[in-house]
Amino acid sequence: MSEAWRPTAAIDTLLKRAELLDRARTFFRDRDIVEVQTSTLDQYGVTDVAIENIEVAGYGYLQSSPEYQMKRLLAAGMPSCFQIGPAFRAGEIGRWHNTEFTMLEWYERDVTLDQLMANVVALVDCVVGPMPVLTKTVEQLLQDAYGLDPHHPDESRCLEIASGEGLQSARDTYEALDFLIGSAVEKLGIERVLLTEYPSYQSALANTVRRGDVDVALRFEFVVDGLEIANGYDELRDAVEFRRRCDRDNERRVQLGLPAKPIDPNFEAAMVHGLPQCCGVAVGLDRLFALAMGKSALREVVPFTLIGE
Amino acid sequence: MASYSTNEFRPGLKVLLEGDPCVMLEAEFVKPGKGQAFTRVKFRNLITGRVWERTLRSGESMEAADVVERDLDYLYSDGDLWYFMTTDDNYDQIAADAAAVGEAKDFLAEQARCQITFWNENPISVSPPNFVNLAVTETDPGLRGDTAQGGTKPATLETGAVINVPLFIEIGDVLRVDTRTGEYVSRSKQ
Repeated sequence: MSEAWRPTAAIDTLLKRAELLDRARTFFRDRDIVEVQTSTLDQYGVTDVAIENIEVAGYGYLQSSPEYQMKRLLAAGMPSCFQIGPAFRAGEIGRWHNTEFTMLEWYERDVTLDQLMANVVALVDCVVGPMPVLTKTVEQLLQDAYGLDPHHPDESRCLEIASGEGLQSARDTYEALDFLIGSAVEKLGIERVLLTEYPSYQSALANTVRRGDVDVALRFEFVVDGLEIANGYDELRDAVEFRRRCDRDNERRVQLGLPAKPIDPNFEAAMVHGLPQCCGVAVGLDRLFALAMGKSALREVVPFTLIGE
Repeated sequence: MASYSTNEFRPGLKVLLEGDPCVMLEAEFVKPGKGQAFTRVKFRNLITGRVWERTLRSGESMEAADVVERDLDYLYSDGDLWYFMTTDDNYDQIAADAAAVGEAKDFLAEQARCQITFWNENPISVSPPNFVNLAVTETDPGLRGDTAQGGTKPATLETGAVINVPLFIEIGDVLRVDTRTGEYVSRSKQ
């Protein structure tokens, strides 16, 4: 008989995982942040250029993140809240990627991004164990590593540096920068790095702020042992700007030969109604658990993965 | 020639990188949550043996390299070329140059079945079997009775290679040698 029915994670690991999950929930209970459950299947997906939803014919899309529905809750009056549940991204298969993965998404009302960052660090300390954290802006990171200014990038220079670092053929500055941020973090050789103030083209749904002559995104990523663990924003509340960014996404999707995606009208209406001031973050929980247990692949901490993952 | 897209990348795949045939050692999907997906690949250059690391954008492809491995029996060398014979009934002979034979030349024993890598039909590398039997052509006189332990001394093998052997080994002895480490294993009963 084939052994393929067996879980990819050991039962001991899954028992430990249950403990860690409990620890994460206690973290939120202690802070009076309420647990919510939104649906994983929704009529609409996202316009993000680098995220592909899985389409369910006749129904809509498996959600790549509970962001839109959770923000609809916040707009309707929900206090600070968190959610732990599955998220889906087509084509993301690897040692540290599963098509279906466990996302911890959380929003805190009336906090600054700095406060949320401190809370994310506290959560990781609580689940994995404490360790010092280095905080750097993306500009500092790229200046120190390559003498590169990500807010005024020179395309040929970006491509040249990326190629020197082993990237075969970036099509433009954006791809080169995505790659160089990763290599620069790796070069630091530091276990925990908080990256802040992203170039505005990477603002996604984060507010931007003027720094000198450029807009920077009020966005952070927390990188632990080289893995992106959390991605947080000072949340955009301007519905007009939201539409502008979705249109820009769709333009770029078409440029890259990807289908343009419909803009979720329910989410847009919630933005028009008014999202309260809040900061939010998504945490890759399977990755965090793997780090906490010293495992070297997601398949070692989740019971089952799609064939081939 | 066929090509492979990043989602087909896996260890063992043979592709062309900068014109050289390479074998993939590792291929890992990496992607920032909101950014471009990449595939990070480690290759071994099949000609130089060097390990290369490259990152490709997801969706890119690489040209397949026409690389095959075949078992052949070693025959002899004329100093410039090393001759091997196919193990099928055709008894075809092929010649490999010093660059292809590389360090394997130290451990090519007659009749030894070797694995030869061909790129576009040309031999580019030779792997001898893990163990071969080779005769000693030169070494200091053996110390009678000293068969248990003690020091070692250099001995020259019929291929010209020099390895360390126990003191009791004499000229004409046939030794079993581990070709991966170049170490003496035992005196052959042959």
